[in-house]
Amino acid sequence: MDLLLLLTLFVVAVFLGVELITKVPPTLHTPLMSGSNAISGISLVGALLAAGSGAGWWVNVLGFIAVVLATINVVGGYLVTNRMLAMFKRK
Amino acid sequence: MSTTIIYLAYLLAASLFILGIKGMTKPRTAVRGNQLSAIGMLIAVVVTLFDQHILSYEWILAGLVIGAVIGGVMAVKIQVTSMPQMVALLNGFGGGASLFIALANFVDPESATHVVALISIAATVLIGAVTLSGSLIAFAKLQELMSGNPIRVPGNKVINAALLIAAVVLSVLVVTEPANHDYIYILVAVSLALGIFLVVPIGGADMPVVIALLNSYSGIAAATTGFITGNTVLIVSGSLVGASGIILTQIMCKAMNRSLVNVLFGVMGEGGETIDADEVYAGKVKASSPEEVAMLLETAERVVIVPGYGLAMAQAQHAVRDLANLLQERGAEVKYAIHPVAGRMPGHMNVLLAEAEVPYDQLVEMDEINPQFEQTDVAIVIGANDVTNPMAREDKTSPIYGMPILNVDKARTVVVVKRSLSPGFAGLPNPLFAKDNTLMLFGDGKKAIVELTQNLKDAD
Repeated sequence: MDLLLLLTLFVVAVFLGVELITKVPPTLHTPLMSGSNAISGISLVGALLAAGSGAGWWVNVLGFIAVVLATINVVGGYLVTNRMLAMFKRK
Repeated sequence: MSTTIIYLAYLLAASLFILGIKGMTKPRTAVRGNQLSAIGMLIAVVVTLFDQHILSYEWILAGLVIGAVIGGVMAVKIQVTSMPQMVALLNGFGGGASLFIALANFVDPESATHVVALISIAATVLIGAVTLSGSLIAFAKLQELMSGNPIRVPGNKVINAALLIAAVVLSVLVVTEPANHDYIYILVAVSLALGIFLVVPIGGADMPVVIALLNSYSGIAAATTGFITGNTVLIVSGSLVGASGIILTQIMCKAMNRSLVNVLFGVMGEGGETIDADEVYAGKVKASSPEEVAMLLETAERVVIVPGYGLAMAQAQHAVRDLANLLQERGAEVKYAIHPVAGRMPGHMNVLLAEAEVPYDQLVEMDEINPQFEQTDVAIVIGANDVTNPMAREDKTSPIYGMPILNVDKARTVVVVKRSLSPGFAGLPNPLFAKDNTLMLFGDGKKAIVELTQNLKDAD
């Protein structure tokens, strides 16, 4: 895809992120951090493509390690965020 | 599956992430927000599995199962007090995942073809490796596997600068001579070392800033991964996380009066002259008893509780809530004063108190509570040290000068629950303890509060 288009996407997303995050109250900063961290586990998408590419043994091994790390990030991140937020919801 | 459908699904996933973060702006909608975001992730993953570039599923399945088990067990077993090190570790894994994706793409002769891909690979390797090793050091410090004190490395600035320059030179070589695979592996080693040297000198008190910053790095690493193959969902989600981390870093820096530049270059916790604790405290500290404090509380109308990490360590949050409930039943108004860096990551204290079922509308932020201390009858400080130290306001030579603090010393009476007069993370004596209106209640946080509550009950 056109690099300029991707750069535009990147910059717009950063601004959007700043707008969204500044509205999050300090009470929720810890869950926000672990939740946004789980979102950064989206790199799992790239990891899946590498692990299953069939482009040679070494590529698949590197991809496999990436899948493991990203999945820990995603599963651990969402579950722990949910646990924290459930404490706030209880009342 | 056609590329169009995959990309539309990515668009849906990105929208769900945005809605998910939007949900985080209110405690009431936060749980649903997190679930929306998780659904977005599921959509992105499932649709990717149908990508025609995926030829074999063995590695994928094995990786998913292993990762899910490890992540699931960690999330269920972890104590709420240990949340910061868990998040630090997950940040590291996120950065590590991006690092290995970049390496896989570099080794794949079909992926690393054009200059943009190569630049993105070099950038991802650098940021991902720094995030990985830096987070592991942060984890080790918080978990007390290594000393939480700032560790002075001789010539640290020179080492950091040398490593950074080496990393940039190696990145250029990776881009200009992609056929030579040695450069990228040296780049990995140099970047890992850079991450270690950046975080090692940083002390435990500054950890909130470090965790927020590493959070940002893990997002940026995911975004740069997206530039390798032109993957839109990686770019959007990664930049959202990157922005979130930077904003939180800024909030933390402001709360601690540190500059972001100093954090980025690992220059933190510069110690001033050592201040003699005996001189500050000599003959002025008044020890009190639970009975005496209970008598004070009997007539108090406005009480502010100031919790610190010491409270969490003593597992005293439930005892404190019981005391607050009793005070409220007796007609007193109780609030909790929350400093932005109380605890070990941004907002950590709120989570700890939420675990003890303290209603979140009783938690009051620093800027809002500070003007109210003058009308406060009793301020109870439990395990909070540096964030109540008036030196930050009064002593220009103090290393924490300029850091915004909770003005508890303005309350009519201050009760400090603490084991001893030992200093906190910043290693400074606290003149608050020697003030005329301060009473020290020496002892274990939890035991002292339980005794206090009992004495107050007996008074009826």
